[in-house]
Amino acid sequence: MKDLSLHILDIVQNSIRAKAKLIGIEITELPKENHLIITITDDGTGMSPEQLKSAIDPFYTSRTTRKVGLGLSLFKQNAEMTGGTFSLESELGKGTKVTATFGLNHLDRPVMGDLVGTLLLLICSSEAIDYVFKHQTPSGEFVLYTREIKQTLENVPLNHPEVRSFLKEMLHENLEQIQISE
Amino acid sequence: MNRIKSLADLKKLQSEVQSKIKLRENSNNPENLIQIKVSMATCGIASGARDTMNYLIEELDHQGIDAIVTQTGCMGYCYAEPTIELTIPGQKPVVYGYVNKTKALEIIEKHIKLNEMVDGIIPVAYSTIDNQ
Repeated sequence: MKDLSLHILDIVQNSIRAKAKLIGIEITELPKENHLIITITDDGTGMSPEQLKSAIDPFYTSRTTRKVGLGLSLFKQNAEMTGGTFSLESELGKGTKVTATFGLNHLDRPVMGDLVGTLLLLICSSEAIDYVFKHQTPSGEFVLYTREIKQTLENVPLNHPEVRSFLKEMLHENLEQIQISE
Repeated sequence: MNRIKSLADLKKLQSEVQSKIKLRENSNNPENLIQIKVSMATCGIASGARDTMNYLIEELDHQGIDAIVTQTGCMGYCYAEPTIELTIPGQKPVVYGYVNKTKALEIIEKHIKLNEMVDGIIPVAYSTIDNQ
């Protein structure tokens, strides 16, 4: 993947396929510790202990259209290449949590990329799924709850062009204030 | 300094858009709308499917074309990503491969607006592990 925002989009697709109704995306940037931590949690179907052991294997997938599942293994590889760590927790029937820690200043750390584009696509493309997005840096914190947004919008859909445009600007403006990684 | 947008601003937008929505709902019926599914698996995302999907949504809106653009899982054409499945009301779905922004615009201008298919169609003749 060219950038971290694409990894986030990719891992969230797993949550969507696991029929999650609530997906959490958390990004924490800690320059002093040289850490960039990305955590994605969901309340989907989860995995059994056997599935959990195989999940990071690139030749293991629950799909039937192909025989490889590269998302988690690529994410893990990228994190570890920057001196970071990767963990995967899951419980059948409860959900899954993926945490990747990257070396913030490491030369091989992919750039954050178009995070707004990723969030916009996820938020606006499915009314049935709620997202909690949290971005923390020493400059501040931005938290977005799609449940609150839907309540404010009442029966105006999230994919309405004016709502999309508004959300795009809102995400840009708020993230610009605090984001460190480019 | 720009004011940062908040939920209060969103509430103002909601009341402005609310009245327009009622007119839109009366004329829209999902079965009568053009449907575009964008494959959003690892291969697709790595090949640019996110940008393709965002471009399709914005360009269709810009041209005033009513369509439903959604993401879907892997369709099995990893070699030709980004791929989209286009369904025009009354017609069978068509899968296009290698859909970047240029190809997406061509599909909108020719296939959607003029009902002329363009190059890049993937014949649906695959078999999955289940149906082998």
